[in-house]
Amino acid sequence: MSGLPALRMAGVVKRFGPVVANAGADLEVAQGEIHALVGENGAGKSTLMRVLAGMYPPDGGTIEVATSGSSLRDVTGWTTREAIDAGVGMVHQHFMLVPTLTVAENLILGREIRRGLSIDLAGAEAQVRELCDRTGLRVDPSRRVSDLSVGESQRVEILKTLYRGAKILILDEPTAVLSPPEVLDLWKVLRRLRDDGGTVVLITHKLDEVIEISETITVMRAGRTVGRMPTAGSTARGIAKLMVGREVSLALDGVAVGREPGTGNREPRAASVPSSPFPVAGSSALVISNLTVPSPRKSNEVDNLSFTVARGEILGVAGVEGNGQTELIEAITGLRLPSSGTIGVADSSGRLIDITTRDVRTRADGGLSHIPEDRHRRGLVLEYSVAENLILGQQHRFTAGAGMLDHQRIESNAASRIATFDIRPPDAALPSRALSGGNQQKIVIAREMGRDFTVLIAAQPTRGVDVGAIEFIHDQLRRARADGKAILLVSADLVEILALSDRVTVMYGGRMVVTLEAAEASPDVLGPYMTGAHGSAA
Amino acid sequence: MTSPAPSAMRPDSAERRQRWRTHFEESILPPLVALAIAAVVGDILILIFGEAPGEVYRLLLEGTWGNAYGFGQVIYKATTLTFTGLAVAVGIRAGLFNIGAESQLAAGGFLAAVIGLAMPAGTPGIIAIVVCLLAAAAGGGAVGAIPGVLKARFGASEVIVTIMLNFIVLALLNYVVAAHIHVAETLHTPEMRVGAMPRLADMSSVFAGSAANTTFLFALAAAAIVWWYLFRTRAGYELRAVGLQPDAAEYGGVRVGSVWAKTMIVSGALAGLGGVNYVLGYKHYYEEGFAAGSGFLGIAVALVGRNHPVGVVIASLLFATLSQGALAVNALVPKQMVDVLTAVVIIAVATAVPEVRRALAASRRSAGTGSRGQGTGQVEGTISNPGPSSQFPVPGSQLSSGSPS
Repeated sequence: MSGLPALRMAGVVKRFGPVVANAGADLEVAQGEIHALVGENGAGKSTLMRVLAGMYPPDGGTIEVATSGSSLRDVTGWTTREAIDAGVGMVHQHFMLVPTLTVAENLILGREIRRGLSIDLAGAEAQVRELCDRTGLRVDPSRRVSDLSVGESQRVEILKTLYRGAKILILDEPTAVLSPPEVLDLWKVLRRLRDDGGTVVLITHKLDEVIEISETITVMRAGRTVGRMPTAGSTARGIAKLMVGREVSLALDGVAVGREPGTGNREPRAASVPSSPFPVAGSSALVISNLTVPSPRKSNEVDNLSFTVARGEILGVAGVEGNGQTELIEAITGLRLPSSGTIGVADSSGRLIDITTRDVRTRADGGLSHIPEDRHRRGLVLEYSVAENLILGQQHRFTAGAGMLDHQRIESNAASRIATFDIRPPDAALPSRALSGGNQQKIVIAREMGRDFTVLIAAQPTRGVDVGAIEFIHDQLRRARADGKAILLVSADLVEILALSDRVTVMYGGRMVVTLEAAEASPDVLGPYMTGAHGSAA
Repeated sequence: MTSPAPSAMRPDSAERRQRWRTHFEESILPPLVALAIAAVVGDILILIFGEAPGEVYRLLLEGTWGNAYGFGQVIYKATTLTFTGLAVAVGIRAGLFNIGAESQLAAGGFLAAVIGLAMPAGTPGIIAIVVCLLAAAAGGGAVGAIPGVLKARFGASEVIVTIMLNFIVLALLNYVVAAHIHVAETLHTPEMRVGAMPRLADMSSVFAGSAANTTFLFALAAAAIVWWYLFRTRAGYELRAVGLQPDAAEYGGVRVGSVWAKTMIVSGALAGLGGVNYVLGYKHYYEEGFAAGSGFLGIAVALVGRNHPVGVVIASLLFATLSQGALAVNALVPKQMVDVLTAVVIIAVATAVPEVRRALAASRRSAGTGSRGQGTGQVEGTISNPGPSSQFPVPGSQLSSGSPS
């Protein structure tokens, strides 16, 4: 580490209408370091980095970047193009790749190597292959992006940025979509880039990652920088306190925070999981038998799956995304037709009802709640107000004759849900789009958990949600379990699975390849199953 | 969120007013700016013809809102446009782009005329009118049902199906009229003996001599019912959810395909009712090409009216004024110039409205810095759909974010 600054942002202000995203944020990153930028969702991390990458002009403050040599140059208000030319590249949370093109074609997009009138694809592939070897980011340049896994797509995004000559690499929540082994691979790549003299800024709110990978930490809260410290000597608890502005009880204590890399310290978590008051046997609330679910690509996306979830139990489904979890959830909730098998859900009196062919509304009325994995696509109508979203799926219960909606009841329902679930700002008329990710998710949680249900399908319940809201949502899930609800928790976040579940299972290739009691599960035990290394063990 | 949470559950009245003002600015101001732009382009065109713009505009207004006949004709033309505009707007609210209002309108007019013909001369007027209205709705609805059901069942694009149906239905109607039920030497059916809509001119001298008739009142009623349906009923809640986010609607227990099919039928029926204006209110027979272009102009009406029933009524009056005004200014400039002006209005609205809204947002940003904690902007975490939402959401245009899985 050279210690010379690679970039310095001072007093950056950025507003979006009345919303102030950055209210005087500072950031200084040294050359050749991995720098973690942490903060809750809505703290202004992504905005600050987009300002740095030239996507938004700042409303105030200065940005300096050591472009060519080592001295800082004022680049305030530069454009994306200038930023790229100066070696500042950003890898976004949502990939910006053309799915029908190959890896190599995606990389050279906009700067194609020509041979006469045609593009020199062979030359491009050779270049890309060389870049892969140099960085350790292994992807076959001739494959189509649509055939790649999420982890591979992310590698392509990073490659694309490096191909354009990035010396300062900004990564926005890169691990949100990765399995534990893929995360470890990413760390290797980032360390290698750093050792070659590159600078990395990593946006994240996962504190274990911060501790594991970074050298320096900058903490943001409410648009401001509230702390900067070397990682050595920092504790996750201390960082969390700075992020939230108060003491938080980390649901992830033990697994996420105290963990030495590579060893699973399970005791604190075990203490935070009260044992279920309901006996597991004989009180199944969700019974899946021999379920096979097709997708347009594959006839057995879910492959002859059988399992049960008991009342008062959380069954955690771990696994890399794209191994049939989405299809399983959609089949249970009525959004996708299974090709064979049955789905049974217990009604309020405990009688098992076969719902395999029922429609979505009948299932919901029968006591099935569903927190969908993608709240922006399924969980919310973003243009609808908070109040309108709080009745989505139950709109037939809020009518007042002649097919009219009963606005009084809709508003009183909204008022009570907003108060109970602490949705902010507490304004039922605001369009849901205007709320932060955590509060949007609280709308979904309030709607699905605020009504009568026996079985809850919770898919990625805390994805893209800030630390404070994660704590709240986990608390709600534990409470529902204590009330005797059966919960199927599907999450890409292994830490979350381990923190909440009574039993843990891993989905791979449409099957549950291993199912363990919580006490036997750890990232080390589950990791190999998630990558298929133990594919036939089940 | 960076905002301190207000302690009150409900926003206070000042905030409410502010919100209304914002709403007003966003929905009214942009079309006005677009009109101003169109007027400037019109000025230039008129100058090219060597006429004085002021004189042309004066004539245009005099020939429309300035005398009883002109005003009545504006009302008459706006009636058909209100129906086709509502038809397109309802479709767009459900995420459907109905380009078939042209043939749905013709089919509605045709069926109303044929059923009217079939009724005996002694049928009471009220019954005859109700039956003819139902026939018009059924005719348009039947043509609308085809793309609706094909989309719901097989995912066929309603855009292509409605375009193709325009050719098929219009050709079929022409054939039936020409081969079987036309009056010799003409392209129209015999006159109906019952079911005529009372002329407004018979009730008030304000409309003296014009073709304006009571169908206009039905058009206003239709706009009111569409508003009530869209914004006050559960079915409307579900319809708009389907249009905004079909996946979320499906999650909310809505049968998306069934909403699509029903909405296309309703959309077709609304367009079909537009045929009543001519058939029952004006000529009392069906004639080939009786309202040619009104179906397509309905798309522009919906666009300019922002798919809101009130906006649709206002936009119909605007386009009807331009259409009638073209005749009035014919002495000075070719009437095609007004057609060009109409097109300029449409293009100006389509391009200027998002721009004006952006500029408004920018001015609000610099003026009201930090004065209010809440806004429609979003900060981070929700990147999936950036930018101002298009007011003209052509279905199927959502691009995937590019990430597999």
